[in-house]
Amino acid sequence: MKYEIVIGLEIHIQAKTKSKMFCRCDAKYFNAAPNSHVCPVCLGLPGALPVPNKKAIEQCIRLSLALGCNINMFSKFDRKNYFYPDLPKAYQISQYDLPFGYEGNVNIDLSGSREKQIRITRVHMEEDTGKSIHSETKTLLDFNKSGVPLVEVVTEPDFSDVKEVLSFAKRLKQIVKYIGVSDADMEKGQMRFELNMSLRKTGETSLPKYKVEVKNIGSISVLEKVITYEYNRQQEILEKGEIPVQETRGLRDLSGVTYSQRVKEEANDYRYFPEPDIPPIIYTEKEIQELRQTLGELPSEKKARYINDYGVDAALAETLTATKAKAEWFEKAIEGVEDKEVIVAVGKWFVGEVVALMKASKSKLSQLKIQPKQLVALVQLLKSSKISAPSAKQVVVAMFESGIDPETYIRENGLEMVNDESAIQAVVEKVVASNPKVVADMQKNPNAYKFLIGQAMKELQGKANPQQVDKLILARLTSGSN
Amino acid sequence: MNTKYQTIESLHKELIARSFTAVELLNSYLENVDARESELNCFVSQTREQALEAATKVDSMIESGREISLVGGIPAALKDNFNWIGTKTTASSKILDNYVSPYNATVTQRLLDANAVFVGKTNMDAFAHGSSTETSDYGVTANPYNTQRVSGGSSGGSAAAVAANMSVYAIGSETAGSVRGPAAWCGLYGFAPTYGRNSRYGVVAMGSSLDRPGVLANCVEDCALVTDIIAGKDSHDATTIPVEKVEYRKALSADHTGLKIGIPKQFLDERIDPQVSARVREMLAEYEKLGATLVDIDLLDPKYAVAVYTIVCRSEVSSNLARIDGIRYGHVSEKKAESVLDQIAYNRGEGFGNEAKQRSMTGAYALSAGYYDAYYKKAQKVRTLIIQDFANAFKQVDVIIGPTMPTVAPEQGVTKNNPLFGELADMLTESSALAGLPCISVPVGVNNENLPIGMQIFGPQFAEQLVLDTAYIYQTRIAK
Repeated sequence: MKYEIVIGLEIHIQAKTKSKMFCRCDAKYFNAAPNSHVCPVCLGLPGALPVPNKKAIEQCIRLSLALGCNINMFSKFDRKNYFYPDLPKAYQISQYDLPFGYEGNVNIDLSGSREKQIRITRVHMEEDTGKSIHSETKTLLDFNKSGVPLVEVVTEPDFSDVKEVLSFAKRLKQIVKYIGVSDADMEKGQMRFELNMSLRKTGETSLPKYKVEVKNIGSISVLEKVITYEYNRQQEILEKGEIPVQETRGLRDLSGVTYSQRVKEEANDYRYFPEPDIPPIIYTEKEIQELRQTLGELPSEKKARYINDYGVDAALAETLTATKAKAEWFEKAIEGVEDKEVIVAVGKWFVGEVVALMKASKSKLSQLKIQPKQLVALVQLLKSSKISAPSAKQVVVAMFESGIDPETYIRENGLEMVNDESAIQAVVEKVVASNPKVVADMQKNPNAYKFLIGQAMKELQGKANPQQVDKLILARLTSGSN
Repeated sequence: MNTKYQTIESLHKELIARSFTAVELLNSYLENVDARESELNCFVSQTREQALEAATKVDSMIESGREISLVGGIPAALKDNFNWIGTKTTASSKILDNYVSPYNATVTQRLLDANAVFVGKTNMDAFAHGSSTETSDYGVTANPYNTQRVSGGSSGGSAAAVAANMSVYAIGSETAGSVRGPAAWCGLYGFAPTYGRNSRYGVVAMGSSLDRPGVLANCVEDCALVTDIIAGKDSHDATTIPVEKVEYRKALSADHTGLKIGIPKQFLDERIDPQVSARVREMLAEYEKLGATLVDIDLLDPKYAVAVYTIVCRSEVSSNLARIDGIRYGHVSEKKAESVLDQIAYNRGEGFGNEAKQRSMTGAYALSAGYYDAYYKKAQKVRTLIIQDFANAFKQVDVIIGPTMPTVAPEQGVTKNNPLFGELADMLTESSALAGLPCISVPVGVNNENLPIGMQIFGPQFAEQLVLDTAYIYQTRIAK
């Protein structure tokens, strides 16, 4: 490719708090009647004052810590002044020069188990605006969203292709959900992206002379489309020997097509100044340490531990740690289990069978009937040859559907493995006897006997160890006796 | 019934003793309103209905033997920038002519909880921008001592109402000298405690880092008593001092031996009306006679405070007034707008008076990119110097005394062609306001034209008691 992408991201995340950022209104506004979660503060009435929500600030600091940021122990809020009908105070309380978090980094996975570090510029706290609902003839305003706490994460322009951006977006969402800062439900607008993108000739290292900003991207899939669209659009301009206009572009729909909203010359001067209504926010090292304690194990740490301590491979570890709920289920299962082979098998069965069944039935982990320890029991039955692998698959379906104990199900359905060699031998004799053609074919094709294994397993209702059956058939055929 | 200039406590005792009812007391004050309101213009709106209801309730409480607070049933006035549910809160600007408060300011709430009786919302300079009430969209408030003169501002309506005996005390607010100034020009006590002692919640903001509610009254006890009710930490105002309750009235004492009084030479130089400075010097001599030590001190020249105040306050004003856009409340223009931003511009352009526009524009300029460092940031640095300047001074002295205003109340019309009148008139109150110091203006008699002269006392942050006590010494032992 002739051009290389340069992308930096700004991500707005609605912090999960009971009340809004600067007042006591309920922050859960989704599906609420318009303007039902409002008060003098979030409506910007004359004389109303903001009082910062400590929990929201803690969420911002926790996310900063999870993203490896330094923390400003002395921080403050600032006013960002601009007029817009859905901004009731005509300023947004944000943070200008002393964000809670700064200079962090996040590792993202690239193909071939390579990793790349994305630098985090800053993590700061601000408040959401109200919502404008436009129609042909009028605009309606809903201030339920006004003052909902937002954590803004800003990255350096470290992304050089769309996959990196998507990988980062997923990683960030995962971290945010892990530490409980937000549900990051994009359909509810809890996580939104702003893209700063430009192109440079492949091989160049300096930043391009222009930057296009695309605001309000509501999902990872739209993000991907926007990047593709912008790549083509900007490339076309560059090909003509021109430089794309430095501007803010918006989206009309989910197609990824952008349109010019505002060019730089008209850009607002936000007249930032320290918010006089809120005293500076001061934290001690001890308080930050305490907040760090509340993070728990981060997904990257968990993944590394699974690989190192349990011998799980990277791909499985990634899947097991994809969500905190999954990891917790898995950890509950393997608690007290020493045998790494069992641990890995439990991981595989969990991801390969249980999660697959869950997806197929669109159920949630919290609703699972099968209990973590039951899965371990099944794996151990399998390992000790009490049951065959094909039977185990049947058992796990039953466990998933009813929560039945594997032992009970196996007993009730007579699925115990046939370990009696003479019984298997008898079946082998029977199969060999009734398939003379196959036996004859072995002269030409030494693998022809494999068909007999299937026949024997069928006869044994899958309750034997296929290797054992294989061994016995082969022994029977090569012994010469007929 | 002779209620003229009685203290809150004495009126309270009479109410309890049933010498008269709260309704009778209210009516006697309303008679004064009827007699002089057309001449003085103290109120933007009168709230007789609410007052009667509150007074009636107090009477029934007294009747049933229930305890009432000291301010219960005592006629009072509330500056029009304090939100009070169901009343118009215009801050004397036509842009808020249609705004009816859906909530109470904390100060309002605390007084209502104490069964205060408000006779009305008092006139002020629009959005408190001024020291004369001449910037009010509802007309100037005349000075009760001489109706050709201004009452001062911005709490001019509050001052005139108390001075004309239309209310026993009044709530005002000060950003620089908006309580002290009109108190001085109307011959009253005007007290503003340390910034953050009184909640700003529900007070239409002017300069957020400077605003503080205060009390205008006829005596120190009343200032202390009302402050006891309204002061204290407020969970709605993050800048309030984390002390739940204060009790200044009980602790009032006129017995301070060895008080060290600082006299800043810059407060008594040639810029001050000679009659004003002479009167203040006389009073200082009286303090000395009572055993106080007078110490000449050197403070930063007030001109720095004027500059810093003008920039900081106007910057905050530009941001604070921006919310009044006519979208949710406030004046809506009839003009056809092409865009929503045009609509907002028309609403604001028609609704705001000149003073608000000037201050908003200069403030926005000071905050704009490229000028922020030269103006706002520099002003904040000088503000820090002013705070340090006072801290140094208070190492030598307990309190500082000087004239409140450089002159007596000027003639009406004074602000015409004088765009900085407010900031210059407040030159002696701005430095202490920038430092958030507790301060009181005390009435020290009149000049040869029978116009009141005010003397201000201020002390270190949190030294409200000492400031009130120093005023109490004046009231009980010097003025007598």
